Amino acid sequence: MRINPKKCVACGNCTYVCPMGAIYIDPLLQRATINRDECVECYACYNGLSKEVLPPATVRFVRRTLANFRVRFEPEPDVCPTTAFEPDKLEWPRVVRRAFSDPRVPHESTGVSGRGTEEVKTNDVTDRVGIGEVGFTIELGRPGIGARFRDFQEMSRALAAVGVSFEKNNPITTLMTNVETGDIREDILNEKVMSAIIEIKVPVQRCEEIIRIVWDVEKRIPTQVVMGVGVRCDEDGEENIVLPILEKLGYDPQRAKTNIGLGRKVIRDLTNAAPVEAFKELENA
Amino acid sequence: MTNTLHRYGKAETFVDDYIVFSLPAKSKMAGQTGDALAAQKRFMTIASQYHPVSLGDALHGGALRPTKSNSIFGHWGKRNKPNLRKVLAGMSKAGTMAAVFDKRENAEAFVKRIKEEELGVSVNISSSIENAKNACKVAGIPRHSIAYSLGFEHVGDNTPGKQAIMLSTMCGHGMVSINLAQKMMSFVRENRRSPREAAEAMSRFCSCGIFNTTRAKRILEDVRIGVK
Repeated sequence: MRINPKKCVACGNCTYVCPMGAIYIDPLLQRATINRDECVECYACYNGLSKEVLPPATVRFVRRTLANFRVRFEPEPDVCPTTAFEPDKLEWPRVVRRAFSDPRVPHESTGVSGRGTEEVKTNDVTDRVGIGEVGFTIELGRPGIGARFRDFQEMSRALAAVGVSFEKNNPITTLMTNVETGDIREDILNEKVMSAIIEIKVPVQRCEEIIRIVWDVEKRIPTQVVMGVGVRCDEDGEENIVLPILEKLGYDPQRAKTNIGLGRKVIRDLTNAAPVEAFKELENA
Repeated sequence: MTNTLHRYGKAETFVDDYIVFSLPAKSKMAGQTGDALAAQKRFMTIASQYHPVSLGDALHGGALRPTKSNSIFGHWGKRNKPNLRKVLAGMSKAGTMAAVFDKRENAEAFVKRIKEEELGVSVNISSSIENAKNACKVAGIPRHSIAYSLGFEHVGDNTPGKQAIMLSTMCGHGMVSINLAQKMMSFVRENRRSPREAAEAMSRFCSCGIFNTTRAKRILEDVRIGVK
């Protein structure tokens, strides 16, 4: 991403909306500037800010004049008043930043947008995590910190060392040069991303062991870790095996994604289905 | 994507936060067949009947989106309002399609209805564990699988600035920055923006359309009067 200095009026709005805090007003240039090493190419600035077309030279003149009277030019907080953001053409390895940071870009390896993995959200179709198994999603980088691939490698190596296997349909796994050791491609190790997920599956008996490994690695890497623990419920829809282990380790889970089991191998053919109407008052709801 | 799993907050803060979403199984090994997009269009159209706060298409956005002005007068124009019809009209590819509800009865009624439809795409509820359990009970569905959020390591319940984290993590892809959340909290405290305006400003950054403006407004009302 770049900011066109001919258009930028240094209003400062973008400095707040950057999830990485990588945009600042350069005091010498008097323009918004991106710290390219910290920028993860998430496009939050380009996609998220509304675009206006105020004339830059006029805005700068008005800003300077108003400042003399201690009056501030204040566009709406989610607007770039002069449409100053322009996407760069990204080359390898920088392109991986966008693939892992801009949720609108589907991962080529899995075809899934967002963080690129279905986890147990489609478990009712894929049977990815079965009875007696635990699927871990170990996410690095959130909230608003980011992580470099060398941090992921630290985690993946520690997990590989105890013989766990990585989920094949996961974007981080596809960037490993050796899934036996957890090594990630060397040319991307310094690339920074918003967040990404390492995904593994182990028998329930190894649940505590894995969590303790994550705790240990988490102390060594300069980012934040958040874990998701995916499990299969029993026939009655209950889950009384993994939750007690988590509670024993001091966790008190509050939130979950619950797959309600409506997925099937064959999606319903709606060719002759009775049409459904959208609610009438959809606009300005 | 884990765009809703790790919303920060205790279970009671999700009282008005139900995300019901559908997605097809995309891997070839899954072997799922059929027209997923048609099923998801039906899913979303039915959702619109249950008064959602937002509908979200992960590829195209939600009910509130950024705007683009072609004239300088756009700077002084009124801001756009949530538009669910645009979400329904824009669905062009199967993916993650979500409906956000702020009332328990609406969410539970929708889940019950969608079970009867037997669409065949996977459906998940992202909320507190108890909320989802209750919705399944009302619909008569045994839960299939659960993904527990273990929360952010070392970020406790009394972390300073926790309301900014609560607002920011409503977009799990990190598109709502913590700095913006803090700015909006300040704007509300200073009465420069209403909680609704501040919530809608943040919502425009959530490209999946799953930001819950009702929950955000409630958090911002607390911020205004100093409730921690």
